Amino acid sequence: MARIVHYLNQFFIGAGGEDAAASPPASQPGPVGPGRRLAQLLGDEHEIVATVSCGDDDAAGRPEAIAEIVALVQEAQPDLVVAGPAFTSGRYGLACARVAAAAKAAGLDAVAAMHPDNPGIDEAGAAPVVASGEAARLMGPALDTLSAAVKKILAGEALTDADGLVGLAPRLPRMADRSAAERAVDLALARLAGDREATEVPLPRFDKVTPAPPVEDLARATVAIVTEGALVPDDNPGALESARATKWLRYSLAGRDELKPGEWRSVHGGFSTVWANADPHRILPLDAARQLERDGAIGHLHEEYLVTAGNGTSVANARRFGVEWAADLRHSGARAAILTAT
Amino acid sequence: MERAGIPTALLCNLTSIAERVGAPRIVPTRGIPFPAGDPSLDPEEERAWRLRLLERALEAVSTPVHEPTLFEVK
Repeated sequence: MARIVHYLNQFFIGAGGEDAAASPPASQPGPVGPGRRLAQLLGDEHEIVATVSCGDDDAAGRPEAIAEIVALVQEAQPDLVVAGPAFTSGRYGLACARVAAAAKAAGLDAVAAMHPDNPGIDEAGAAPVVASGEAARLMGPALDTLSAAVKKILAGEALTDADGLVGLAPRLPRMADRSAAERAVDLALARLAGDREATEVPLPRFDKVTPAPPVEDLARATVAIVTEGALVPDDNPGALESARATKWLRYSLAGRDELKPGEWRSVHGGFSTVWANADPHRILPLDAARQLERDGAIGHLHEEYLVTAGNGTSVANARRFGVEWAADLRHSGARAAILTAT
Repeated sequence: MERAGIPTALLCNLTSIAERVGAPRIVPTRGIPFPAGDPSLDPEEERAWRLRLLERALEAVSTPVHEPTLFEVK
């Protein structure tokens, strides 16, 4: 009998939606929500012994949360940890991937499930990720894929893309049957003939975004300034990259009404930083924001700003930063953001 | 960020790119190297411009939108 622990977010355990997104890690015995159907599909040789859950903002926004989740998972002594399916939910996908990665690093077998466009897709470390559709109405097929993958993993078999395996894959060089020039011409001709899908390398797809509802009471709200203009303290203590950024940083604005030239600079490699360095407010409009705070146009300016370099940032990383910024801002109570872009 | 319920005013210069990727609340700026500034103005005028830009950004985050929408400073 294989012991399985299932990780779900606050919504899928039935604790609520965004209102419950801050709930801390918790555990309960047996399968919950979609876990019940998963247990049915897995049959008698497998038992979901516990379901560990956490609110998406906590899991994706509070650094200690993942370790706490894995500790709860370990208490149930699983043979396999299953996280998701997260579909296209960004914070949930990040959480599932990180839980799977951390479980694997702690010596447990793990698998996560999410849509291939989920920003969490590249964060699962050594744990495999299998595909789901883009929304919860596709839970049925997602669980079919996931249960089949679980059985394979517990049987000691490796997953392939036929099993729905997605995410980071190693690049393996091989000889093609024809030169790149010939293949490129054929793709161009196919395109001209109306085939808009043919490609050798999957291209990033920009998805449709449903806008957030507006802030209701700006005069009482905390607003954050965030930037991809790579404005950092002059010595760049966080070593922010000038291009292809792999990270984002935060710096305190507490007690500051202005940013003095010389104390800050932009390390962005995509434009001339002369003007920004002469007046950092051109990237981070702190002076105007403080004025709006004094005038009562906003309740508070968030006490930190978040920063990355938006120069050749991969779509996957940019998506991930956006999801992490949202989780971070929600966690600290900011309700709207002003994002300066260069 | 918008998907997670944080209305976000994007201050940027290349607004057609912002529209194409689906950014819902776009505030056009006067130059890539100075999203919240305008070095062609004298310092006081530039600060005034910056304030008007932020006021428009606040308007953007408190306005319901359904698709990429430009909030220009007149």
